[in-house]
Amino acid sequence: MEVPKHPETIPLELNINGETVELDISAWTTLLDALREHLQLTGTKKGCDHGQCGACTVLVNGKHINSCFTLAAMQTNKEITTIEGLANGENLHPVQDAFIEHDAFQCGYCTPGQICATVGLLNMKKGNTPEEIRDLMSGNICRCGAYANIYKVVEEMKEKGTEGTTSI
Amino acid sequence: MNNISFTRAENIEGAIKKANNKQGKVKFIGGGTNLLDLMKYRVENPDHLIDINELKLSKIESTEVGGLLLGATVTNADTAYHEEVEQRYPLLSKAMLAAASTQLRNMATNGGNLLQRTRCYYFYDTSTPCNKREPGSGCSALEGFNRIHAILGESEHCIASHPSDMAVALAALDATVKVTGEEEGHRSIPILEFHRLPGDTPHIETNLKDGELITGIELPKKGFPEHYAYIKVRDRPSYAFALVSVAAALELDGEEITDIRIALGGVAHKPWRKPEVEKEYYGKKASRENFEALAEKLIEGATGYGDNDFKIPLAKKTIVRALTEAIEK
Amino acid sequence: MIAGTNYIGKSTRRVDGIKKVTGQAPYIAEFNPADLVHGYVINSRIAKGKITSIHREKALKVPGVREIFTHENVPLEVKIDSDYTDPLSPPGSPFRPLYDDKILYNGQPIALIVADTFETAAFAAGLVEVEYEEEDHGEVDLKKNLEQATHEDVPDPAEPRGNAEDAFEDSESKIEAEYYQPREYHNPMEPFASVASWNEEEGSFSIYDKIQGVSSSQGYIAGIFNLEKEKVRVISPFIGGAFGSGLRPQYQLFFAAMASKALKLPVKVVMTRTQMFTFGHRPACLQRVKLSADKTGKLTSIQHEAFSETSKFEKFNETIVDWSGLMYECENVKLDYQLVPLDVYTPMDMRAPGGSTGIFALECAMDELAIETGIDPLELRLINYAEKDQNENKPFSSKELKACYQRAAEKFGWQNRKPEPRSNKQGNKLVGYGMATGVWEAMQQKSSAKAILTAGGKLTVSSGTADIGTGTYTIMSQIAAEMLGISLENVEFKLGDSTLPEAPIEGGSWTASSVGSAVKLVCSKLQETIFAMAAQTNTDIFENKLIENAVFSNGEISVGNSTAIPYVEIIKAAGKKSIEVEVNSEPEDDRSNYSCYSHSCVMVEVHVDEDTGMISVPRVVNAIAGGKILNPKTAESQIIGGVAWGIGMALEEEGMMDSRNGRIMNANLAEYHVAVHADVQEIDVIFVEEQDDIVNPLGAKGLGELGIVGVASAISNALYNATGKRVRELPFTLDKVL
Repeated sequence: MEVPKHPETIPLELNINGETVELDISAWTTLLDALREHLQLTGTKKGCDHGQCGACTVLVNGKHINSCFTLAAMQTNKEITTIEGLANGENLHPVQDAFIEHDAFQCGYCTPGQICATVGLLNMKKGNTPEEIRDLMSGNICRCGAYANIYKVVEEMKEKGTEGTTSI
Repeated sequence: MNNISFTRAENIEGAIKKANNKQGKVKFIGGGTNLLDLMKYRVENPDHLIDINELKLSKIESTEVGGLLLGATVTNADTAYHEEVEQRYPLLSKAMLAAASTQLRNMATNGGNLLQRTRCYYFYDTSTPCNKREPGSGCSALEGFNRIHAILGESEHCIASHPSDMAVALAALDATVKVTGEEEGHRSIPILEFHRLPGDTPHIETNLKDGELITGIELPKKGFPEHYAYIKVRDRPSYAFALVSVAAALELDGEEITDIRIALGGVAHKPWRKPEVEKEYYGKKASRENFEALAEKLIEGATGYGDNDFKIPLAKKTIVRALTEAIEK
Repeated sequence: MIAGTNYIGKSTRRVDGIKKVTGQAPYIAEFNPADLVHGYVINSRIAKGKITSIHREKALKVPGVREIFTHENVPLEVKIDSDYTDPLSPPGSPFRPLYDDKILYNGQPIALIVADTFETAAFAAGLVEVEYEEEDHGEVDLKKNLEQATHEDVPDPAEPRGNAEDAFEDSESKIEAEYYQPREYHNPMEPFASVASWNEEEGSFSIYDKIQGVSSSQGYIAGIFNLEKEKVRVISPFIGGAFGSGLRPQYQLFFAAMASKALKLPVKVVMTRTQMFTFGHRPACLQRVKLSADKTGKLTSIQHEAFSETSKFEKFNETIVDWSGLMYECENVKLDYQLVPLDVYTPMDMRAPGGSTGIFALECAMDELAIETGIDPLELRLINYAEKDQNENKPFSSKELKACYQRAAEKFGWQNRKPEPRSNKQGNKLVGYGMATGVWEAMQQKSSAKAILTAGGKLTVSSGTADIGTGTYTIMSQIAAEMLGISLENVEFKLGDSTLPEAPIEGGSWTASSVGSAVKLVCSKLQETIFAMAAQTNTDIFENKLIENAVFSNGEISVGNSTAIPYVEIIKAAGKKSIEVEVNSEPEDDRSNYSCYSHSCVMVEVHVDEDTGMISVPRVVNAIAGGKILNPKTAESQIIGGVAWGIGMALEEEGMMDSRNGRIMNANLAEYHVAVHADVQEIDVIFVEEQDDIVNPLGAKGLGELGIVGVASAISNALYNATGKRVRELPFTLDKVL
């Protein structure tokens, strides 16, 4: 019988929320599992693990991606921002505050992903019509169905010209 | 997932050499949005991944003949929102933005998009027979759920459909796929010859050879910025694969058709186009009647397998609709 | 007594909002006790038969793999004298994971791999080979197995009245139609997860579990392992959605607990998204409705029968047809409900269980009758308005449905509806208007709560309930703050812990009503305690004063025009650090003399692309009569969420089970479509005034389910108005309307 190989680990350095962190993980560890299971940055959620729900959305160099669909090893030398990195100390990011104000969540599980997607959208400077906002946000499923309120957040942020993340 | 090794290639030659030197199954990884998906479902089981994102393939540049070269590792989002693509090839931009989600487009690369594999339920579920996944095991879709399956060019071995939107627009635009490999060096494959019909080898989906790497996609000079349409018919208005999609591009002289391209997605194992049928309409009037006749010819010989019967009339209507929208632009 | 603040009924930001928007709210899979190991479940690939062998050798050789549990090596203690029932087990015998080699359904969990990391467990799972002996493909298709339908162990629907069959035959206008709803899957965003730690010394479990009621998991684990309930502590502070899927313990709980006890290590088991399709679901249901009316549109008969699937080991039932005897006034009614046992897992309650199913059929049928009689659909409903519950022969505790109809029609512009199908076009789009009535029972359960007021002025109220996104944390805090007249910041509400006072499982839209009543009661007891303590030390002020004269405001008590005394001083004066009261609250006796329901009117506009058949829902108005609205902000969220569900149910949701293998072929969120942002456009929620002094002390009826009810019917009716085609089979995909 062929004896399975030891799951090899590789050393990695990631830049997350402005800090450099070191990891020694299996090569096939996704960025999502690295964040949640190895770095205890559990604000980023696992909803489907297959790029079908958006709960795992994080920002890499200012652009929002599904962290379940990339390996941690592919994201070295990049600036990764997770939900934990959006607030400035006690001060919420305007998008975070607007999510509370508009009650743009219920169970809260998709919320970090929705917020990162909103921030990514602001960074992209896209979403200039209601249809476009709804289409561009469609990669984030909210099973509680808070869409109508999330839409209000994005619309308000667009109207106010809110900045997404300053470092891109 | 598999117990894989991971390396990052520094340059194209190095990437190809690495690929050829490894024991076991090797895959290049760009965005990873389809490959990691399939690996997690254990449909793809590579031993080695070679990250190609550091190769110098991340630019969009003009070509000497007035076209545009889309680097293989440029993301779908950066391509679709690229100023020249938006202005000169709006059909491509529109098709790409109809695909997947913002997040996925921010990751998925142009090269990877061409290699994305079918959404057939049975291909994805390793507990069911599938000739594409396990040659010779049978096709479960023939008598199973086949709502999203092919109506054209399919075979008794496979009725899967190709899921890409980008490739449909590229087919309409007559793009060329640039590849490079150890044996044959650099070569160009016209987009219509890049993907294959299933025949009795549905597991072989493209004419890319082992160890060959896609380096870019070349768009010819002509981009049809005036008369074009991309219509994607799907079960959900966003974040869903096409049941039928139509990329239509026209050039008109008054009401007369001087060039016409129609490529279909979601109906075949590859983007579906019939240039010989299109040519019959050169010089004809851009009228609903002609569009209907053309649609009829394009869908000629289509076969439904039960759940997907509706695609036959739907494809015809959508072709006419796309052409009508294109001339109204 | 008067409460000085004004929180109840006021739009209030969620008290757990900051935690949720910063990623600090911990969900179950995020608890990582020291020495945690990870479990990964393997599921059956056949629907019916038995396991002949499970080859574990390869996987066991992977460094980091601790154990692989199968039916062959599972500790015997989970088989001997074990009780697998939970409070919501339907008649039958509950599924027992790893009990033996038998396969009861495709997707059945058959092994657990435990390893040091998630990656290792997932990798090793791929190395386990399982061989089966397939008995046959199993019976999984409801429509093909209707001859198996049975009344055995199925609760009878409401008694028939009059003679519906004769009345139907004798009527001038009649319709008869069959409606079908496929299996639907809850798919909360948070996958099911459990983290279990066995304490060998104490012989006790400490468990984090995704569940809608901690007492349910507690009892379940105690039953399986033969433990006193007190030896099982279950904690569940945040639930990433559940919609009914967390009403019963799921298999990952068993696996985590079993492995933890066997390995003496904390074990985490999290389901994959695909595994989220391997347990309970909304049952497929076939319904037949016959309605008849006289010339004026008055209903002369209603007949409604339903065939719903269940598993072969449990008889899951829900209330599907009774609504037809309740919603409209009619003298001749006949209802029937049967179950069809199939080789599938037992279905479960899913948002508005039974109601969203039965009313889908009834409200489509009412529209068909409106077309048949030529009466406006809204008018037809008014003609047949039920002033009392004829099923039970009781008055309603309150029913402001007429106001819902009126307000919805005004807001929506119902008068602009063109009755003739295909007569309203905008470009390539056919435009249709449709409406439906919604209803849900306003229930109340027994519930307990505890309140502690400290000498520092902080109030902690607790109850072992859950917040599945419904806003429990927030509204309970509001009620407590208002009752004691203190600011919301000084109130903390605790839930989701089996050591807290027992509360009902969160479901049925009864939490606001049940736990809210307990919180109100415990706070009024606290008021009494404060009053009594204050009266003892301030005899001059309180002489001859009754609690009815007391004002609780600004953290102070006063009577008449007396000086206000801060609670903190009263507690300190008594030499205490805090005061504590605990109560059990029960529905009032008077309640049983009434029928208690919430109502709604849904109006929708649909657009159908003439060429492609693609459907969109640009506008929905949902007018709600749900009693007292405790927090309009979170209440509105409940309704817009329900409407989004209704849109998904109408247009997209369908679990596609292959009848050749009983396997769900779209067991993922790419192919099992739920509504996304682009599906949901304008939604107007209207809460009509509804005073109800009977339903419970708060007058609130609960809103979790009502929002979805009627939405799919309204969409179906609008599709008919747009296209002239009547679609009776969910979901209404474009091929069905083309």
